[in-house]
Amino acid sequence: MDLIRFTLKEGVEFAKKEGAQPLLDAFTKRAAELNPGINAFLDFDNHIQPRRLDKSNLRGWSGSLYGAPVSSKDNICIEGREVTCASRILEKHVPPYDATVIAKLKAADATLFGRCNMDEFAFGSSCETSAFGPCKNPWDLTRVPGGSSGGSAASVAADMTLAALGSDTGGSIRQPAALCGVVGVKPTYGRVSRYGLIAFGSSFDQIGPVTKTVEDAAILMNILAGHDPKDSTSAPRPVPDFTQSLKRDVKGLKIGLPKEYFIEGIDPEVEKSVRAAADLYRKLGAELKPVSLPHTEYSVAVYCIVAVAEASSNLSRFDGVEYGLRVPSKDLREMYFETRNQGFGQETKRRILLGTFVLSAGYYEAYYLKGQKVRTLIRRDFEKAFREVDVILSPTSPTPAFKLGEKAADPIAMYLSDIFTVPANIAGIPAMSVPCGFTSGGLPIGMQLMARPFDEATMFRAAYAFEQEARVYKRKPKLD
Amino acid sequence: MEFNIDEVAQLARLNLKAEEKARLERDLGAILDYVKNLEKLDTENVEPTSHVLDLENVCRKDEARSTDAATKALEHAPCADGRFFKVPKIVQRD
Repeated sequence: MDLIRFTLKEGVEFAKKEGAQPLLDAFTKRAAELNPGINAFLDFDNHIQPRRLDKSNLRGWSGSLYGAPVSSKDNICIEGREVTCASRILEKHVPPYDATVIAKLKAADATLFGRCNMDEFAFGSSCETSAFGPCKNPWDLTRVPGGSSGGSAASVAADMTLAALGSDTGGSIRQPAALCGVVGVKPTYGRVSRYGLIAFGSSFDQIGPVTKTVEDAAILMNILAGHDPKDSTSAPRPVPDFTQSLKRDVKGLKIGLPKEYFIEGIDPEVEKSVRAAADLYRKLGAELKPVSLPHTEYSVAVYCIVAVAEASSNLSRFDGVEYGLRVPSKDLREMYFETRNQGFGQETKRRILLGTFVLSAGYYEAYYLKGQKVRTLIRRDFEKAFREVDVILSPTSPTPAFKLGEKAADPIAMYLSDIFTVPANIAGIPAMSVPCGFTSGGLPIGMQLMARPFDEATMFRAAYAFEQEARVYKRKPKLD
Repeated sequence: MEFNIDEVAQLARLNLKAEEKARLERDLGAILDYVKNLEKLDTENVEPTSHVLDLENVCRKDEARSTDAATKALEHAPCADGRFFKVPKIVQRD
């Protein structure tokens, strides 16, 4: 029996009977073997355990995960453990408290295993802007895993952890999930607390699970979701049991196909695979309908202004005073300037400069306010579409995993790889990526499901019905 | 394009290396040209969206709770002195 092949659900069932230590040993061995090639983890360790994990002590567990190893993106604070955002400016920073999602995982008795590699401050779609080297795609080590939660997706795809957390500002969970052939969920804005997530675009960011199966994602969402008084943008809404929506039944479900998501420039194999998924849904009794989201083409521009403006404001706190890197200088002003020069990488500087510019005197209305107004138009597109349909089906990413370095020199080409994922962040709606097929070259393809605000349950229902029928997730990268 | 990289870098409190400046300026010019697409849309009577939730003025009770976060934060500060973060001199005497 190969323990690393377990889903989270199977792993927890195993740990419940046998204890979690054999799992932790297996994943530690696996990560030690594969991480030098994939670079999915910035570090991993299995000793942060409040209790012993042997069989004799199982009665001590109160949580539902029984010590199962879950990893987290390195922009989520764990008390007493380094957090870097894959940036030199935060290197060796040790947060003094747990993010709410971490506190919830601890309460559920998860073992916090790997700290996952990412694009620096989550700025990127390829994991190449990490200050600690790029993460590689387990299906083809010459290709990117996607980003920014590339380490989370790659570690799950490579069976280096049972599941992982990512964060998603413009597709940073879903796009790497698609490129690595795993499940990735961006919950409704406000569904999961952002307390302790190092902020990028505060009105866009959401934490969510990256898992091997839809069921695993629902299990983690049951733990992560819920109102948090520590996050003023957390929604005071009841949370359903998401595992209850996992029924193999989509009869009568209305699924929209947005015409603006099947456009020129999309990889033909991606389009074919997602259209085949639509056909499967039809066969299962769902009703497929064309819908229109006319402002889709403007979403990346809105994101480039509004999310980047928020980022430049959020990153003003990195100045060498309270944490992370400080470059010694003769005066305070020079310390700020030089710490930020040496601490931030190119993409981070690019976004700080862009965000600072669009917020600067004289340009606010032409850029930031304009962006927020178009944001309203994009929201209205979805409101209108969701009067007709229950979920919207599209490709997650226009292409499968691209080569390392292929888009690194062209920021706009890189930003456009998020064209299908950014709109859900702009509108705040839940969205997820589910593996739906492979290219002829053996690269994973992901499809995206989007749903009404706070209706993750319907999204999971649609995702589960497809997954159980198509069983794409059974195929694994050859790494042994 | 009206973009002056030195001015913006000053506002952003960011020194730039000479060799990265030209490329950043070119990239940012291209991105600003790209976002000009938005000008095609008439947004005269559209309300801006600052965030997507219908929450307003979220308050909580102002209750004191004990925490050791401040002590721990100081432990990992780049430079601290007692209860304070220490920084270089702000006002220079000539």
